[in-house]
Amino acid sequence: MSEFLQFLFSGITVGSVYALVALGFILIFNASGVVNFAQGEFVMLGGMITFFAHDAGLPMAAAAALAVLATCIIGVALYKFAIEPARGASVVALIIITIGASIFLRGLAQVVFDKQIHRFPAISGDAPIAVGGASILPQSLWIVGGALAVFVALYLFFARTLAGKAVLATANNRLAAQLVGIGTNNMMTLSFALSAAIGALGGILVTPLTMTSYDVGLTLALKGFAGAILGGMGSPFGALVGGLLVGLIEAMTAGYISSEYKDAVAFIVILLVLFVMPNGLFGRSPLERV
Amino acid sequence: MTILEVAGLGMDFGGLTAVEAVSFSVRRGGIMSVIGPNGAGKTTLFNMVSGIYRPTRGRVVLDGRDVTGLAPHKLAAMGMSRTFQNLKVFQQMSVLQNVMAGRHLSEGVHVVSDLLGLPGAARRNRESEEEAHRLLRLVGLERGAFREASELSYGGLKRLEIARALATQPRLLLLDEPAAGCNAVETGEIDELISRIAETGVAVLLVEHDMKLVMKISAHVVVMEQVRKISEGPPQEVANDPRVIEAYLGSGAETGAKGVGERAQG
Amino acid sequence: MMRGLSPSSLTLLTLLVLMVVAPALFPSSYYYRVGALIFINGLAATGLVILVGYAGQVSLGHAGFSGVGAYACALGPVHLGLPPVLCVVLGAALSALLAWGVGRPILRLKAHYLAVATLGFGILIYMAINNEGWLTGGPDGMSVKALGLKGLLRDFGIKVKASELWYWISGGVLLLGAFIALNLRNSPAGRALRSLHDSEVAASTIGIDVARMKVMAFVISAVYASVAGSLVAMMNRFVTPDVAGFLHSIELLTMTVLGGASSVLGATVGATILTALPQVLTVFEDFENLSLGLIMMLVMIFLRQGLVPTLARRWRRRAT
Repeated sequence: MSEFLQFLFSGITVGSVYALVALGFILIFNASGVVNFAQGEFVMLGGMITFFAHDAGLPMAAAAALAVLATCIIGVALYKFAIEPARGASVVALIIITIGASIFLRGLAQVVFDKQIHRFPAISGDAPIAVGGASILPQSLWIVGGALAVFVALYLFFARTLAGKAVLATANNRLAAQLVGIGTNNMMTLSFALSAAIGALGGILVTPLTMTSYDVGLTLALKGFAGAILGGMGSPFGALVGGLLVGLIEAMTAGYISSEYKDAVAFIVILLVLFVMPNGLFGRSPLERV
Repeated sequence: MTILEVAGLGMDFGGLTAVEAVSFSVRRGGIMSVIGPNGAGKTTLFNMVSGIYRPTRGRVVLDGRDVTGLAPHKLAAMGMSRTFQNLKVFQQMSVLQNVMAGRHLSEGVHVVSDLLGLPGAARRNRESEEEAHRLLRLVGLERGAFREASELSYGGLKRLEIARALATQPRLLLLDEPAAGCNAVETGEIDELISRIAETGVAVLLVEHDMKLVMKISAHVVVMEQVRKISEGPPQEVANDPRVIEAYLGSGAETGAKGVGERAQG
Repeated sequence: MMRGLSPSSLTLLTLLVLMVVAPALFPSSYYYRVGALIFINGLAATGLVILVGYAGQVSLGHAGFSGVGAYACALGPVHLGLPPVLCVVLGAALSALLAWGVGRPILRLKAHYLAVATLGFGILIYMAINNEGWLTGGPDGMSVKALGLKGLLRDFGIKVKASELWYWISGGVLLLGAFIALNLRNSPAGRALRSLHDSEVAASTIGIDVARMKVMAFVISAVYASVAGSLVAMMNRFVTPDVAGFLHSIELLTMTVLGGASSVLGATVGATILTALPQVLTVFEDFENLSLGLIMMLVMIFLRQGLVPTLARRWRRRAT
């Protein structure tokens, strides 16, 4: 039982990070129809920039803030320089662009930083907390708490603020949103900025636990994407549930079946969802106009 | 002799009914038009008949066989082909190759022969090319045969789609707003082309807005409004049907009520 | 000037001429190796032309098939006692089967999902090769038995360096691959594939079985990648899991896209640029990710057709 509990905690912890990546995916997808394959790199940049800023002398909090800000700017730059100029491009072309962007960012990190694995200290220490025969690291609590806080903040943003409602409107029907005067270009910039910030935050929270290096982005993107489509590629709530489920399934697989192939879990989840329930858990069937 | 029978065909999207339950038949070699104001459900009806949408209810019977919900490529093999309102021409190929692509069913799939460049592939190419040239002559695009499809004018693209659809040797041709966006001259050319096609024995089912075109060439008209069929019959009858006049009077379509009657006579 | 030749013949002739003339410019026999590698990459990229350029699909895991072909040549002689040439065929058959089995379900997916599915597929193959060290030697790789051709030729009194031999072998295979791809392009099946590129819906209404055609393109391109993988394994006499890795998949895709996804000549041009670059810039390895990513983005934004089609178009316009 304590073993199961351990896997459960581990699953919820990584699942929270996947949920944040999934959230980033759906924000951009719903605003612009683009699947941003560089989403995982935002997480990587959050961790890497924080480490190097802290290493250069900045206190942790400032380094983290800098990392979020810098990643945000990179996210906006990605939209402005790579996505927006390619308006009207085919889906395949856009896919190649975002894949190119993800590799570019990975290469940038490789060159500007290095190829080493890095870690920085946890927020409140490394002393494990005993719960029901298993143990949780304090950082895990920060990760889960942080993810939940992001989701709550986003909910409030969408439900209570005008800007948030504008983003939702754009996501729902871009043409109609334009017709009522919503600057949809700004909405897309905003969604890229938000996704980047959310990704970076996830990276900052998880680095003390899983460490970071220039190439962690790819597998994170894959797993976050699994969470996103499991959740239905639609609502943030779907992303949260989807991400958590992927994390749990992965932890259980690693624990009970094989830890070597745990990274394959996300891929299998993706395939199963796409073939068995293409709309995920909470998605709606989109109308295709011919 | 009926080539197509549509019985109680309807489509719901979630809670929204796009087409309620429409029934009509198309005679061999005849021209049948489906008209109606925007939003009446014509395109949805078309997409159901041509296998793009799977209907929520009702049946489509082609040449005596129930083909409801069959995929478009199977329908093509049974003699039904179509054009698209928002043109789906193959941009990366030439005008000639677009029409040759339509010969897919006659060519069959012989991958190995094609990969190795065997004589069979050359023969099939030759035959398709000849037939494609003939069809381009039929639609008046012969001159631009080797140009890239993307270079054609709007009217030219419309005619290219018709040529491509004809390459499948259909017995029933579905034309989705063939005159949409065309000027008076182009529309005249299109309707003359459609009449010529029908003369060769191909049944034509067309969806159209343009009343002049419809009234002039159709043998039979189906009028849709608000997801239902509201009238059916020869053009003159339909034009004078009070329900049709009211539908057009109240809908703000490009022809007014009086215009419907006048143009049908003129 | 070249008016009498069809574009296909022109492409083949260009490749042949370059292939024959290039060795005259080689400062040392090392360059035969580089040339061979260019041809091998060009072969894999030509396969992607069929899938991406003709049929308009995307594959982010194509190196997985290269891995299958490479390890078939590594494992075949050792475990099955097969001669190396037969292993190439075995690898190709396995790749074709895999492509057929995996392709049938995933090619039904829309572009984004297809991209992710192929990405996952490639990663899965890499993982399997990397983890099952008992069979494959794991991350350290394993050695590959020689083709034995050099010895055979020596028996006939012909002395030739291995690198030279591989230059001509891979060049010949590339020419064959280009010939096949060009045949396909102008054939009935090729037109059916190219219809998919622009409108699957329209293609189905003219009788094309879209699903079947997509799988066909996937299988054919998988065979190309597999043979390329086999060739490089036998040439290097060594193979590591990286041959199936994500970076390799991206390299191949970038070569195809850079040269011009719909152009067979472009595939080799792209392969030349991206294979020669690391030779010229020895620091390239550190900058590889950066460059590949940048090239992919820039080409898709500014030069969407790729190098060869764009240049060809400019030439044609100047001529008229």
